[in-house]
Amino acid sequence: MTIDLTTEQTAEQSVGLDDPTVPAHRLSQLEALESEGIHIIREVVAEFERPVLLFSGGKDSVVMLHLATKAFWPAPVPFPVLHVDTGHNFPEVLAYRDATAERLHLRLEVASVQDYLDDGRLRERADGTRNPLQTQPLLDAISGHKFDAVFGGGRRDEEKARAKERVFSLRDEFGQWDPRNQRPELWNLYNGKHRPGEHVRVFPLSNWTELDVWRYIARERIELPGLYYAHEREVFDRDGMLLAVGPYSSPRTDAEAASLRTEQVRYRTVGDMSCTGAVLSDATGVQDVITEVAATRITERGATRADDRISEAAMEDRKKEGYF
Amino acid sequence: MGTQLTHDATPAAEGGLLTELPGTLLRLATAGSVDDGKSTLVGRLLYDSKSVLADQLDAVERVSRDRGLESADLALLTDGLRAEREQGITIDVAYRYFATARRAFILADCPGHVQYTRNTVTGASTADAVVLLIDARKGLLEQTRRHLAVASLLRVPHVVVAVNKIDLVDYSAERYAELADDIREAAAALGVPDIRTVPVSALVGDNVVERGSVNTPWYDGPSLLELLEELPTGEDPDAEAFRFPVQVVLRPQGAAVAGGAEEFRDYRGYAGQVAAGVVRVGDPVVVLPSGRRTTVAGIDTADSLQTGTVLAEAFAPQSVTLRLADEIDIARGDLIAAADEAPEVTQDVEGTVAWLSDRPLRPGSRVLLKHTTRTVQAVVRDVVGRLNLDTTALDPAEQLDLNDIGRVTLRLAAPVAAEEYLTSRRTGAFLLIDGQDGGTLAAGMVGDALAAVRCPAQRPGAYTI
Repeated sequence: MTIDLTTEQTAEQSVGLDDPTVPAHRLSQLEALESEGIHIIREVVAEFERPVLLFSGGKDSVVMLHLATKAFWPAPVPFPVLHVDTGHNFPEVLAYRDATAERLHLRLEVASVQDYLDDGRLRERADGTRNPLQTQPLLDAISGHKFDAVFGGGRRDEEKARAKERVFSLRDEFGQWDPRNQRPELWNLYNGKHRPGEHVRVFPLSNWTELDVWRYIARERIELPGLYYAHEREVFDRDGMLLAVGPYSSPRTDAEAASLRTEQVRYRTVGDMSCTGAVLSDATGVQDVITEVAATRITERGATRADDRISEAAMEDRKKEGYF
Repeated sequence: MGTQLTHDATPAAEGGLLTELPGTLLRLATAGSVDDGKSTLVGRLLYDSKSVLADQLDAVERVSRDRGLESADLALLTDGLRAEREQGITIDVAYRYFATARRAFILADCPGHVQYTRNTVTGASTADAVVLLIDARKGLLEQTRRHLAVASLLRVPHVVVAVNKIDLVDYSAERYAELADDIREAAAALGVPDIRTVPVSALVGDNVVERGSVNTPWYDGPSLLELLEELPTGEDPDAEAFRFPVQVVLRPQGAAVAGGAEEFRDYRGYAGQVAAGVVRVGDPVVVLPSGRRTTVAGIDTADSLQTGTVLAEAFAPQSVTLRLADEIDIARGDLIAAADEAPEVTQDVEGTVAWLSDRPLRPGSRVLLKHTTRTVQAVVRDVVGRLNLDTTALDPAEQLDLNDIGRVTLRLAAPVAAEEYLTSRRTGAFLLIDGQDGGTLAAGMVGDALAAVRCPAQRPGAYTI
C-alpha cells in the first residue's frame, strides 16, 4: 500500500465539493445512502445468528450485494445468498447469478418453484404467473435453513405498502407481516429482537429510489445482466405490456399472436419471464438509462409487473402472507 | 381534501434536470393538525418535483372518483395500507422521496391524530427538519405547540412553518406578520433552535415551489422548497467530539476475498459508522467502557483498500473501518471516542422517554436498553414525572402510559458510554425493548431532554444530570 497524505476524492465527492450547499464534512446523497446501507448490513451480521441475502440477479439485489461486499471488505461476505427460482427466469439472469456467486465465493441456495410443482406441493395458476407461488418455497427455505434475518432489495418508493414498511420488518412464525402492528423505528437504532421461529426481513435499500439505484450503478461501475439495457427482442402485447417470446411465455390468443414483432427493448425490473414486461428503449448504456428513468412518467412496477395490477392492495396482500 | 392536478401540467423538474446528481440528502418530517392541508402540500411537493408519476395519479383519480370526490385526493398517494384506505385515515408514517436538481429529500409523512406521539417521535428522530403546517385562519393551536415541543425535545435542527391557506385570509400581509410573530415567540419559549416561516397556499401553489407569488407581493423571501433546499443537513461534524460505536470486528484471517487474501492475513479493523465528529489518522482515542487509550493507525473503506489509497480522515455519518495502533480487546458495543473529550461511563442513566407500548411503564420494570451498538439489561428505578405537552410542565406520575413522555431513572446491568442527548443525538439516544417479546417499548434520550423545552436558556447542552 502506498502512502499518500492527501485525501483521495472520489468523483462523487468532487461533485459535492463544487456545490456550495455541501461543506467539506458533508456527505453527498449517494454517499449518505451507501453509508446507511452498510450500517444496516453490519448491524444484521452483528446481531443475528444466520442471515441470508435474497439474490435474484435483479438490479436491486445486485446493489444490495455490492453494499455487503463493501461492508466487510477485506473479509468476505459472511452469509450465503438465496434465490427463489420460479422456473421461468431469464436464462441470462440465472447465468449472471451463478457467475456472481462464484466470483464472490458465496454459497448460493436455490429454492425451486418447479420442484414444488413437480411433486404436487404447488399447482400452476390459471393465469400462468408464478410470482405468487414463490412465497411457500421462500418460507420453507427460511425455516429449513433456520435463517433468522433475510435481506431483501425492496425499496419504499416502489409501492405503497412498501412505503410503510420498516427497515427491520418482523415476520411471525408463519412468515406473515402485520402492517398494523409494526415496531416504531427510531434514529438508527434497529431492533432485531425476535422469538424462536420468527424472522426479520431487512431492507437496506429502503430509502433508495429507482434513480438512486441507477446512479449508484453508474458511480460504482456495477455490471448488470444485459437485459437491463436496450436490445432487440421478439415481443407481443398482453394486458398493455410487452412480453418476451420464450420458452415460458408465448401468445395465447389470436390478438396476442397478431401483435408479435421485434422491438428494441430493455427491462426496468427483472422477475418471472411470464409476467415481467419490457419497455421500448434505446438506452444502451447506464447513462442513457439514467436519462430515461429521470424522464419517465410511469413507475417501474406500473410499467412492467402484471402481478401488481390485480388490485390496489396486491402487494400488501402478498406481503402479509410472507412474500418478499 | 382535493386539489386540481392534471397530467398536462408540467412539473417543475421536467427537462432532464434530474439526470444531474442532487447535492445532499435532507430528511424531513411533516407535522400538522387535521384538515390543515398537509396532504395537499405533500402532494404538491411530490407532484411539482415529478415524484408522482402518471400511473400513480391515475390510480388516485380512479379511487377518488369511486368515492364520489370531485378531484384527486392526494392523501391516497401515501395512505397505502388496506386498513388506511378502508377507514380513510392515515395509520402509519409513510416515507416519500423527491428530488430537485439541488438536493434529494426523504419525507417522513406523519399522521396528525392517530398514535400521535409514536409517529411524530419516530419521524422527528431522524429528521434534519420538521415541516409544520398551520392554517392561516386558525393560527396557533395547542396542537401546534405540541409539535414544536416534540421537535425541540427530539432536537430537530430546523423547523419550517408553512402558514397555509393564505389565500383564505385574502393574502393578508398583516395576518401573516401576526402569525409569524406568534410562531417565533412559541418556538423561542419551547427552545426550538431554528425556526423559519413561509406563507403558502398548497392548493393554489403560492410560494410552495416557485418564489415570488403575485398574490403575496409583500413576501420577498424564498419559497418553501427553496428554503428546504438551502437548510444545512444534519449536525456539523466539525462542531462535535468524535464518537464511533463498534459494529463488527473485521478479521479476514486469510479467508477468501476477491483478490488479495494474503495481503490481509493479519488485518484487524473495527467497522462502524461515525456517530459524531471527525477522526484523523494519528488522533488519540479512548475505548469505552474499558478506558484503554491508543491512537488511530488507519482509516479504511472497501474503496480505499481496493485502490490502495490512504484516507486521512473520516467524519459522521460515514461507514468506515478503523485500525488502532495497539492490540487491545475491543468488541461490538464498545465506543471509540476522542481521548480528550470522552463521555462518562455509567450504570445509572436518567433519561427522558416517549412510552410507545400499551403496557404501562412502572418502577421495577425489567427491560433491555439499546444504546448505540450495545444492548444491556436495565431496571426502571423511578418514574420522575410526566411531561404535560400543553404546559411543558413536568407533572408528578406513578407510571407512564402509551404515548406519554416522561422522565425516568434506570439502573443498568453493565456500563454504557451514555451522554446527554442535548449534546449528541446519536450517542444520547436509546431504545427500551421488551426482553420477552422483543417489542420496542420506548424512545429514550439521555439526560433531561425536557430541559430544552422548559428552560430554553439552558440550551445547548449546559444541563447536567
